[in-house]
Amino acid sequence: MRDKTMSADEAVSRLSSGMTLGIGGWGSRRKPMALVRGLLRSGITDLTVVSYGGPDVGMLAAAGRIRRLVTAFVTLDSIPLEPHYRAARERGAFALTEIDEAMFLWGLRAAANRLPFLPVRAGFGSDVMRVNPGLRTVTSPYEDGETFVAVPALRMDAALVHVNRADRSGNGQYLGPDPYFDDLFCAAADTAYVSCERIVDTAELTKEGPPQTLLVRRHTVTGVVETPNGAHFTSCAPDYGRDEAFQKTYATTPWPDFKAGYLGGDEQAYQAAVREGT
Amino acid sequence: MSGPTRAEYCVIACAEAWRGDGEVLASPMGLIPSIGARLARLTFAPDLLLTDGEALLVRPDGTPEGWLPYREHLAWVTGGRRHVMMGASQIDRYGNQNIACIGDWERPRRQLLGVRGAPVNTLNNPTSYWIPRHSRRVFVERVDMVCGVGYDRAAGARYHRIPRVVSDLGVFDFATTDHSMRLASLHPGVTVEQVRAATGFGLTVPDDVPPTREPTAEELRLIREVVDPAGARAREVGA
Repeated sequence: MRDKTMSADEAVSRLSSGMTLGIGGWGSRRKPMALVRGLLRSGITDLTVVSYGGPDVGMLAAAGRIRRLVTAFVTLDSIPLEPHYRAARERGAFALTEIDEAMFLWGLRAAANRLPFLPVRAGFGSDVMRVNPGLRTVTSPYEDGETFVAVPALRMDAALVHVNRADRSGNGQYLGPDPYFDDLFCAAADTAYVSCERIVDTAELTKEGPPQTLLVRRHTVTGVVETPNGAHFTSCAPDYGRDEAFQKTYATTPWPDFKAGYLGGDEQAYQAAVREGT
Repeated sequence: MSGPTRAEYCVIACAEAWRGDGEVLASPMGLIPSIGARLARLTFAPDLLLTDGEALLVRPDGTPEGWLPYREHLAWVTGGRRHVMMGASQIDRYGNQNIACIGDWERPRRQLLGVRGAPVNTLNNPTSYWIPRHSRRVFVERVDMVCGVGYDRAAGARYHRIPRVVSDLGVFDFATTDHSMRLASLHPGVTVEQVRAATGFGLTVPDDVPPTREPTAEELRLIREVVDPAGARAREVGA
């Protein structure tokens, strides 16, 4: 098995401006924040970001790296509205493809299944159809004859996800209660970079959780990045919960100040600044 | 025991949304609907399924009885055996709901959450709404972005149904010939004039509007001692 380990910066160096980038997790939960911080350190911009959005979207939007966002929501969970995302939307900073949560899931599944679309009973009657005039419909070829929205596949150039454990070849394990959609992101993308709290030997993977916690399969993974506390300040249960105090700091600090205070150096500098602040 | 508070009438009104639903998933968004769902499960709707708002199906005491991560929850919606009670930043007379943004979608005056699962919810399973502060800002003539689909836009949607809207002033349904909103009951202490003044569209008001039903003594005990002993409900709806 190939050793796919690399640093966050190495993973980011394989990405480029203009890419369509999927980001795993959900809201302010298990977001690959160390990789997002790596992106912020790079000059990569003009991104199409596909995300069940949290502070990943807020930060990239605040930094002006997003050309288009594909999402159903952006939230910090315990803080319902993401302030930096809001501000960026209200100043018209990027284009938005707004789709329903289930349409998003069907789009991921279509991409993972190499299908151009999947039909879903969602969207009709709502303004999702108005704001996405490119959405097509499909009529059942069977007796019912019902019409559905044909959700286009959400195929991506690269996916970034964060899990609790991984081995060196990219088998990723989640130990929390929810897989979110991370395996689908990896399968729906041409390349995928998996950050993890800890890299362990393959034989160790089933010591902390049963086989069904082995969420991400190595054939869908390009690079593995060990980055402890790498989802900070989002949650990474059971390794740690959301850092609510820090999240509040993030949400209430003007972006230039937050950037200057926490994102001026590398990941180690970030983690040190977080420790000093608490 | 002291008499029921406004928040407790709201709990009862939310709980009643799930009466008769059988073995379906109650998906409450917001505190008072969550208390209502648990109360319903503990009393007149014992077959209801509850979530912890995370990845578990739970009994009323919080102990797990199943696994429901987001991906399964989204799939379950389309299976229909679910009754969600969502919030609304805006809602109109036909039950169109907005939680996405205020103003023009292209360049919103206020960006809110986004459409979330409202479009799929409203086309697949019964969707009720909970509005803790009834006002003309929420009950509007026309929502800025249709997230949850109302009756006037649901033509041909075979599983569309909005059983009720509960606010801090009363309960509303769509039992009119054109499926526009109707005042179904008033919480005690609230007048029809108050509701009209706080509603930004013409509401159907029957000649006799019943009061929202009283909680029973046992229901009050369950709310106060079992489901919400810390009294969090009073923070969502004051006296």
